[in-house]
Amino acid sequence: MIQLNANHFIYLLMAAEWTLLLSLIAFAGGALVGLPVALMRVSRFAALRILASGYIQLIQGTPLLIILFLSYFGLGILGFKLAPLVAAGLGLTLYAAAFLGEIWRGCIEAVPRTQWEASDCLGLNRFHQYAYVVLPQAMRIAIPPTVGFMVQIVKNTSLASVIGFVELARAGQIVNNSTFEPFVIFCAVAAIYFAMCYPLSLAARHLERKAHVGR
Amino acid sequence: MSYQFDFSFLAERWPDFVSGAWLTVQLTLLSIAFGFAVGTVCALIRVYGSPLLRRPVGFYVELIRNTPLLVQIFIVYFGLSSLGLKLSAETSAVIALVVNMGAYTTEIMRAGIQSIQRTQLEAADCLGLTRLQTILHVVLLPAMERVYPALSSQFVLLMLASSITSQISAEELTAVANNVQSDTYRSFEVYIVVAVVYLALSVLYRFGFWAVGLVLFARKRKLRTAL
Repeated sequence: MIQLNANHFIYLLMAAEWTLLLSLIAFAGGALVGLPVALMRVSRFAALRILASGYIQLIQGTPLLIILFLSYFGLGILGFKLAPLVAAGLGLTLYAAAFLGEIWRGCIEAVPRTQWEASDCLGLNRFHQYAYVVLPQAMRIAIPPTVGFMVQIVKNTSLASVIGFVELARAGQIVNNSTFEPFVIFCAVAAIYFAMCYPLSLAARHLERKAHVGR
Repeated sequence: MSYQFDFSFLAERWPDFVSGAWLTVQLTLLSIAFGFAVGTVCALIRVYGSPLLRRPVGFYVELIRNTPLLVQIFIVYFGLSSLGLKLSAETSAVIALVVNMGAYTTEIMRAGIQSIQRTQLEAADCLGLTRLQTILHVVLLPAMERVYPALSSQFVLLMLASSITSQISAEELTAVANNVQSDTYRSFEVYIVVAVVYLALSVLYRFGFWAVGLVLFARKRKLRTAL
């Protein structure tokens, strides 16, 4: 058994960088896929709406852990064996896209109908309506809940540890295996997660208050 | 792609999946019940309690909501046992889930309780209701009715999150899946099966909470209006 020392904590902090990287990948991927999902959800075409809501129901009704297993073993079948970062990134992207799609749908629908009508009167086409009228306004509404959801993403990257990706939670397990001081180590791990998530939570709350001042 | 799907393991192992799903249901219903109780008490403290009590409750809520459930489970299971408190995997799972659920319920119920207008409390006073009666009938039930959609979706999320307790070898659905896939090597198929079971469970839970809502909120059922 090795005595717990400063190097172990440095190792945890280095692993936290991987957590941040994975969070960024998941958020970027989730945003990239989530926006089309949100737009499909409010589409004029029933087929697109059904497709998008089916996707959302499917992902929101399955544990992220299972999604990660499926993307890990599914990628394995396609021949991309042993790429935990890719598998974790893919699984978290699918997960984030479903939730962001649903959040953003609400924001798009929160833009008053009159805005649609006014832009119709001005002769804007569908694309221009979205690009210049609806989405800029929806974005302002969307910022607080999106920042709030980023907390969920950061926390949920901890599940990538189960498919062998060494991020903060997995690093905690590794350090624990050699030192066997679980209480201290996992409290330290929790503290690092807290340090990453709490500022996001505060920001989300602050933005929320600011958004409500105007009304 | 030449991959051959093979679900033949189901013929032999389906009882394992059933017992795993049953344990998942037991774990989550227990955690939901106790978590809801903890959260409701904490929410009452957060709104009506003295500042001396409000602070620790706020601290608890922020601490839990900003750390991953996985790490919370590790702290309960490995951390407490290293401090001398040995708990079984299932007990640790329930404790961690209750603590987690309690924090989220606190936030949701707090929003509901804060939406109850002062005039309602004054009216209850005038009618001579006792403090307990006021809290039960005038504050909690209407508050719950207002936030019930958020509450029930949080319950479903907890059910899904309970899959994480497989990491401390609580023998619920996901742990069963892990066992079966390491016996049969049909990992992809096993997790597809489990995903379908979870989907079915979440549909079942949503339906169940909707039915409970109908029973609980008689006023809403009869008048068909929002509060």
